[in-house]
Amino acid sequence: MNASHPSNTDNAVPGAPEKAPTGIAGFDHITGGGLPRGRTTLLLGGPGSGKTVFALEFLVHGARSFEEPGIFVAFEERSTRILANAHSFGWNLPELQRERLSFVDAQPVSDLVQSGSFDLNGMLAALQAMIESTGARRIVFDALDIVLALLADPAARRAETYRLHGWLLAHELTAVITAKAFGDDVFLMGQESFGFMQFMVDCAVILNHKVVLGVSQRNLRVQKYRGTNFDENELPFLIGKDGFEVSVAHPLERGSLTVSKERVSSGLERLDTMLGGGYYRGVSALITGSPGTAKTTLVGLFAQAACQRGERTLFVSFSSDPNEVIRDLASVGIRLARYVKNGHLRMVSARAISGSAELYLAHIMSLAKEHKARCLVIDPVSTWSSQSGTHLSAHRISERLINWSKVEGITLLCSCLVDERTVPSEDSTFRQISTLADTWIHLSYLVQSGERNRALSIIKSRGTAHSNQVRELILSNKGVTLADTYSAGGEVLMGTLRWQKEGAERAAAETAEVARKVKRVRLDAEEAELEVRLRALGVELKAKKTEKALLMRATATRRGETSRKRTRMEVLRGADVAEDKDGDRQ
Amino acid sequence: MTGCEKFSFRLYVAGDAWNSAQAVSNLGAVCREHLAGRHTIEVVDVFREPQRALADGIFMTPTLIKLAPLPAPVQVVGSLSQRLPLMQALGLQGVPE
Repeated sequence: MNASHPSNTDNAVPGAPEKAPTGIAGFDHITGGGLPRGRTTLLLGGPGSGKTVFALEFLVHGARSFEEPGIFVAFEERSTRILANAHSFGWNLPELQRERLSFVDAQPVSDLVQSGSFDLNGMLAALQAMIESTGARRIVFDALDIVLALLADPAARRAETYRLHGWLLAHELTAVITAKAFGDDVFLMGQESFGFMQFMVDCAVILNHKVVLGVSQRNLRVQKYRGTNFDENELPFLIGKDGFEVSVAHPLERGSLTVSKERVSSGLERLDTMLGGGYYRGVSALITGSPGTAKTTLVGLFAQAACQRGERTLFVSFSSDPNEVIRDLASVGIRLARYVKNGHLRMVSARAISGSAELYLAHIMSLAKEHKARCLVIDPVSTWSSQSGTHLSAHRISERLINWSKVEGITLLCSCLVDERTVPSEDSTFRQISTLADTWIHLSYLVQSGERNRALSIIKSRGTAHSNQVRELILSNKGVTLADTYSAGGEVLMGTLRWQKEGAERAAAETAEVARKVKRVRLDAEEAELEVRLRALGVELKAKKTEKALLMRATATRRGETSRKRTRMEVLRGADVAEDKDGDRQ
Repeated sequence: MTGCEKFSFRLYVAGDAWNSAQAVSNLGAVCREHLAGRHTIEVVDVFREPQRALADGIFMTPTLIKLAPLPAPVQVVGSLSQRLPLMQALGLQGVPE
C-alpha cells in the first residue's frame, strides 16, 4: 500500500479527468469520453448481464485503437472459454493476443485447501511482472467477487480490495473490476462484501438484465463518475454482432442537425398540395388510423414515390410478409415489385426478428445502414411498441428512432394503429410519436347512411402551411385519389351521399345554364326590338325637326313681309309708332 | 504412513507480510513436530520472483505447494494457522502428535 495516488497529483490541474475511450457505442457518449484514465471502474451486474463483454471490449478497443496493451485477469471462466465466446464479435482476438492482449487465468483451484488467512500479494506481484514486460495500460479483473468470497471475513475483503485499488492507482492503470450483483438494488449485495467498493472507485456502472412482461431488457446505468457529468438515466443496451452497444437517446449535439428545405412527395399529388408541396426531407411523419383505413396504402405510395425518384428505401412491415404487402398494394395500383427487383426497395418483415424492442430498433438501424436507405417506412410502428414490454421502453424507442433518423437525414414514415374507441392520450407510444413527429396525418372512417368511407385530415405539419380540410380517400384498382368532401347542414358528406350531392349539383347547374341561355335570347330579342324602335323614332324625329324648321322659316318670311307691309302702310298713313301686335296675329 | 517418506515443500510468500510470516513459522512448526529430518522447504518471495509465481499460477499468498511425496502436488492457501485442514491436505492425519 505504498500508493501515494500519483494520478491524483498529476491530474490536479483544473479540467475534466482524462478519459480512456471504451469504444462501446453510446457509452463513451454518455460519459463524455469513456472511463476515467488511470482510475478504477466498478462494473456490477447479475449473471448474463454482459459484464465480461463490456470489460473485454474495453481492453480490445484500447489495444486496437490506442495501442494500449491490456491484461485480462479471469477469476471465473477460463480465458480459453472467454476467447471462444468472444469469437463471434469479430474482434480478431488471437492476433491482438499475440501483440497487446494478455490473459491471466486466476481461477481458484477447485480442490483448494484453505488454512488461515491469505492476501492477494501473489497476484499483484505476478501482474506487476507482466505489466513491466508488456507495458500494459489497461487491466480487467473479471469476477473479483470469486476470489473475495474466499476471504474469511468482511474486514479481510475490504483490506484486499483496498490493497488492489491502491496498487492500481500506484501503477496508473485504467482498470475495470467486474463483480456480481443480484436484483435491481445493488446495495443488497453491498452488505455482502463490496458495497464499500462503490464508494472507493471513481466510476461505477451497473448492468441489469430483466424480463418485463416476457420481454428481455438490458439496461445500463452509470451510478457514479467522479469529476464528470454523465447521463444518470438507466439506458437500454444490447449485445449485438459487434459487441456491446448502449442506446443513447440523444446522439446529436445541439444544432448539429442539418435541416433541409427540400420537399419529398408523399406519393399522392393532392396530399402534396395539402401539405404545401410534400414532406420536408428528413422529417418524421406519422399516419394514424384504425384498422383498414388504408395506412399501408399511404406508406406504400410514399415508398413507391421514393423509389421512382431513385432513392433507396427500406420498408419494414410488422403486420405482413413482404410478398403479401406487394400483392396487396398492387391491387390499388401501387407497384413495388420492380423496385425490389432493381434493388431500390428493400422489404423486411419484422416478424422475422424476435426479441426485445431494443433488438428491433438495432436491427432496423443496421438494415437501414446496410441498405443506405434515404427513406424508411415502418408499418405499423404500434405493433412494435406493444411487443416491447413497458410503455416506458416503447416511449424511449420511438424517441430514439426519430432522433436517429433525423441525424441520418432519413425521411421516416410510420403508420400507427389507433383504436378509435380508446383515448389516444392513454397510449404512451402513440402520444410520444405523435409529439415528436413533424407531420401527422390521421385517417378515419365516417359511417353515414350505411356506408363507411375513409377520411384523411392533416392534424399537424410543422413548418408547412397545410390544408385544414378533411378529404375523402378513395381507393380503386386504378389508384388512390383524394376527393373534396361536401358539407351540408354542418355535416360532411362522403361516398354515395357525396356522389348524390355531386349529381344534384350538376343537375342544378345544368338547369341554371339553360335558364340563363333562354333569358339571354329573350334579352337579345328585346334589345333588337328596342333598337328597331329607336331607329324608327330617330327617323320620325328627324322628319319633325325638318318640318319644324320649314315652319319656322315660313313664319319668319311671312312676318318679315307683314312688317314690311305695315311699315309701308304706316308710312303711307303717317301713323305713330304703334304696339307690335305681330305675336298676337301669329 | 510409513514415516520414512521425504517431504518437499515450496512456500510462496509476499515479502514480510503478516500472513506470509505466519505461514513460514506455522509450516516450520508442523515439520518439526511431524516430519523432523525428512523435509525440505523452499520459500519463494513473489516480489522477488514474480515470474515463478506466474508460472505456478500463484495468486494468493501465502500458498504452500507440496511437491513430494507423490501423487499429486497439493496447494494450501493461507497462513496455515488452521492445523486440521493442513494436516488432511498433507496426508499427515493419523500421525501421532
